[in-house]
Amino acid sequence: MSALAGSSATPQTPVVDVHDVTVAYHRRPVLWDIDVQVPAGKLVAIVGPNGAGKSTLLKAVLGLVPLASGHVTVFGGTLRSVRRRVGYVPQREAVDWDFPITVSEVVQMGRYGRLGWVRRPGAADREIARECLAKVGMEAMGERQISQLSGGQQQRVFLARALAQDADLYLMDEPFAGVDAATERVIVDVLRGLRDIGRTVVAVHHDLQTVPEYFDHVIMLNLRLVAAGPVGATFTGANLQSTYGGRLTLLDQAAEAIRTGTVAEH
Amino acid sequence: MDQLIRLLTLQDANTRTVLLGTTLLGVASGVVGVFAVLRKRSLVADAVAHASLPGVCVAYLVIGDRSFAGFMLGAIAMGLLAGGFIAFVRAATRTKEDAAIGLAVGGFFGLGIALSRIIQSTPGGTKAGLDGFIFGKAASMVSTDAMLIGVVAAVVLLGCGLMFKEFRMVCFDREFASGQGWPTLRIDLLLMGLVCVCTVAGLPAVGVVLMVSLIVIPAAAARFWTERLTPMVLIAGVIGGMCGLLGTALSATLPAPEGGLSRGWPTGPVITLVGTAIFVFSLLLAPERGVVAVALRRWKLRRRIASQNLLRSVYEHLERGGDLGGAWTPEVLNSASARCLPAAKRAGFVEPVGGGLVLTRAGRAAAARVVRAHRLWEMFLISGASLPTDHVDRDADEIEHHLSPELLAQLEARLAAEGRLPAGVPRSPHETTPAPRDAEVAGP
Repeated sequence: MSALAGSSATPQTPVVDVHDVTVAYHRRPVLWDIDVQVPAGKLVAIVGPNGAGKSTLLKAVLGLVPLASGHVTVFGGTLRSVRRRVGYVPQREAVDWDFPITVSEVVQMGRYGRLGWVRRPGAADREIARECLAKVGMEAMGERQISQLSGGQQQRVFLARALAQDADLYLMDEPFAGVDAATERVIVDVLRGLRDIGRTVVAVHHDLQTVPEYFDHVIMLNLRLVAAGPVGATFTGANLQSTYGGRLTLLDQAAEAIRTGTVAEH
Repeated sequence: MDQLIRLLTLQDANTRTVLLGTTLLGVASGVVGVFAVLRKRSLVADAVAHASLPGVCVAYLVIGDRSFAGFMLGAIAMGLLAGGFIAFVRAATRTKEDAAIGLAVGGFFGLGIALSRIIQSTPGGTKAGLDGFIFGKAASMVSTDAMLIGVVAAVVLLGCGLMFKEFRMVCFDREFASGQGWPTLRIDLLLMGLVCVCTVAGLPAVGVVLMVSLIVIPAAAARFWTERLTPMVLIAGVIGGMCGLLGTALSATLPAPEGGLSRGWPTGPVITLVGTAIFVFSLLLAPERGVVAVALRRWKLRRRIASQNLLRSVYEHLERGGDLGGAWTPEVLNSASARCLPAAKRAGFVEPVGGGLVLTRAGRAAAARVVRAHRLWEMFLISGASLPTDHVDRDADEIEHHLSPELLAQLEARLAAEGRLPAGVPRSPHETTPAPRDAEVAGP
């Protein structure tokens, strides 16, 4: 299946090329034979029901989960060669928000990749962190301890940290989850700003209503790839029905059989 | 007492070296412990410590004599084996990490105790000093042992200093670090390696059973005093150093219990008790996070709420009578507000007149502010949150006390934009009924 049928719209090579990727946790497949490409300079949403493998797809691209089969190329090469050009925004719940660290120090972590081993962030890095906090409307909160932040502010700090990395491709795991209206506005503006300077953003997204407004492309996922392409052509009722309208029970049963190691007698 | 002073003034060369060694060990354990605790891996240190006992025993059986360096090697080897065992059980089976650590602690320590009993039953076996490894015996250390500990401590401190940024990142957000291309597994292993080296070096002084407390307690206590990592590391280092110094000195000077231990107290328990005392002190008295400070803040908040309620009750009572300058009696207050009456008098809000009380000019102004904030909030709730009018009083009650000046200004701006901002105190959007006495107060 050619994921982006209209790839003539993107003359450059895709930013991310996921080729025949299968990922399994404890032998149970959570992504099955995924072929998908991400075009450059677009805002791309990954949608799908719970357990569809949305976060896993991001982690597969980042090399954070082992691939059972297939391969991923980023900017036409291996991930290892382009690490610094890839920024990651994990789910907010992934960290301990009572950690003894200030907002500014979290954002400075975006610079760590450029600093390399042992070297500490300097005045220039702190200045960049300050600018990135300003971009998400939090320049006044740099010295706060992170436990004092609201959920929306936490998400903005994660976004600012990614901005500080100055990457060409951003992978974001549910950046809009549980944020207030003001934060949602800020995030949308930041994403559009990134697109305007030619960056690519791939975000796991839960709110189907806002997909056409916020994103250019959509990847519809449910264990396998249902559809991918420009929102206008792809985000259709029929595709939504096959993404959310119940799993293919046959695939589910097969996955369960693999997990439990059941061997069929033929 | 004389002995303690002589000890602390370092008059004896060997004592001096031993005290310096255990102090350095405490500093290093405190520092590396911060990262172990923040990484939620402190129990691995416990497993490694317990696992090192059979390592020490095997080393004695192989060497046939007491050799500090040999014991350390045996301990490290067995500690690595325990670490590998935990990692393997977790990865290869569905056993969770805490259960895997429990298995390692119990299994290896049981083996160690069995081996040490066998060794002690052999001729000359008691001179191995294995009992000292269980609860720690700094007194049996010689200056070369202490120097070795000092070298280990220096290596651990250097490692933590150089890798400060990497450790912080992996402790806070390992996934982000991996995404950025850092070899997080190797950073994790380096951190755990430093924890293990520190743990093993501390065994002769602190013992396998309680070594984990020298890793955990300084970090846990330091967290109460700061919200940032750099100060936390420094404070934990100081606390760890104090544990090492005071623990060793006290254990060597406390009189041994009647007919009890042959020579003084074991060091491990005394170090742990010193640390626990520091922890309890921090828990109670730290300025922001301490139990006392938190209770005091809550109490002040309750007082403020009660005194605001007093002013509002009186204001609404007088408003119904049409004369804000009129006299009233404490009968109009519920018991929580009535308890604030002396404070309101001291603040100059209330003064006695004849048989009753009146609001002073300042009291009327303060009451007007409180009532205004309450009613503006009610107006917002009715229009903005579409709550029915008879529901808003309770909600406004809870929130109005927490309305900061900025929030109040926002509220006013919003009502002004809608053309509804009243000058002065607005009329209540619902019938004000007299506050039922004691309705919201339970208990004394």
